[in-house]
Amino acid sequence: MFETNYSEPPFKFELIPIKLRSVSFQKLGKNLIDNISLSINSKGITIILGPNGAGKSILMRLLHGLEKPSSGEVLFNGINLNNTIRLKQAMVFQNAVLLRRTVIENLSFVANLQRPNQTSNLNKLLQEVGLYEKKNLPARRLSGGEKQRLSLARALVSRPEILLLDEPTASLDPYSVQMIETLLIKLRNQNTKIIFITHDLNQARRLAEDIIFIHKGKLEAYQSAREFFNNPESKFAQAFVQGKLIF
Amino acid sequence: MQLFSESLQTAFYLIVSGNSDLFEIIMLSIKVSLTSLLGSIVIGLPLGAFLAIHRFRLRSIVLSILNALMGMPPVVVGLIVYLYLSRSGPLGFLSLLYTPTAMIIAQMLLVIPIIAALSTQIIEDLHIEYRDLFRSLNVSTFKAIMAYIIDARMSLLTVILAGFGRAISEVGAVSIVGGNIDHLTRVMTTAIALETSRGNLSLALALGFILLAIALGVNIFAVKVKNWAMDK
Repeated sequence: MFETNYSEPPFKFELIPIKLRSVSFQKLGKNLIDNISLSINSKGITIILGPNGAGKSILMRLLHGLEKPSSGEVLFNGINLNNTIRLKQAMVFQNAVLLRRTVIENLSFVANLQRPNQTSNLNKLLQEVGLYEKKNLPARRLSGGEKQRLSLARALVSRPEILLLDEPTASLDPYSVQMIETLLIKLRNQNTKIIFITHDLNQARRLAEDIIFIHKGKLEAYQSAREFFNNPESKFAQAFVQGKLIF
Repeated sequence: MQLFSESLQTAFYLIVSGNSDLFEIIMLSIKVSLTSLLGSIVIGLPLGAFLAIHRFRLRSIVLSILNALMGMPPVVVGLIVYLYLSRSGPLGFLSLLYTPTAMIIAQMLLVIPIIAALSTQIIEDLHIEYRDLFRSLNVSTFKAIMAYIIDARMSLLTVILAGFGRAISEVGAVSIVGGNIDHLTRVMTTAIALETSRGNLSLALALGFILLAIALGVNIFAVKVKNWAMDK
């Protein structure tokens, strides 16, 4: 079991619903996100799907405040995304960004930024991701899967209410994928809202409660996972589910 | 070759005999160079980190000036410090001319641009890697700068060594502002210049060998520290 004091008491989903109101994002004259409006009400794992270059990562960066919308607004329970809300989120990047320090120091760096009572037990977190034995090793010596697990553990140090993950299991070995998925399910059960980007349809079937499908910066579908896989809202989503190339 | 072997013998004799004048010169050289290096690190590293992570209108001009200052002739720096510290200069009331402090100031002016400019490039690369993470974690500028300096410590050690090399080998500026006064401001480089001009080549070479040995020793020590830290 996930025995840390990570989510005691469980969160009350105070930042839900997450709403995007006519959000667009342009860069270098290109419309990377094109007038997306949606309301994420689910308290389970929301998965963002879409082909390469669809704008999935940009959408996640907009949700985390790393990018500002060119127009429109991002609201968490009716409040515009601000620093206070951002501090209740954590993001795991596609390429694990690790400090050039030991494994435990990567976690303590984040812990030192928080108030003492707001952090998780670092050793227990490392046990959860199977890295306790390597806590004093330089993080750069970890394998790809271990680095990503460490990134996830570091994201959990601040006890986020919303966890954003940008393809955290891409090109990882099955053991690391399983470990991350197991941890995510535990977090979901402890009321952490998870938004997750993946290309892996099987993973989406395993984890998702609802699915956002975007293509060329446009929202093509936002459905429950069951509906999405049985009856996708758009032809692009249908083609994607069937494994066809979409342009 | 005879001159070299004589110089080596002289150097060896001076060291093993515990020549007090020689050790006084060596100690002052090390003291002045290390103090100026320390001051340059305290100013140069945060300055480099600041320039690496902040974008402002005159940034490219500041970086160009900093790069140009890396190649500034020491005698020019010595002259400028001299003008400021001389009795009629704006800082003449401090009575620092011909003191080790004046030499430290001159050396710092030479070393700070090296440390700041080289560390800017190193930290900028790290900043590109860490930027999103630090924004995500809402890390303050001060904490980010400290993190960059800590995490780039191995590369910055090389920068610091370059700064030390500049300081310990410097002669033009320290002879102008220090005056090469015996038992007060005479360091190894100025002593070498003096002994050469006197025709005392074997003593000059002996001092040169000792200077080389110190520079080599510091570099070997730094490489050992770097390897030790890399293994950790």
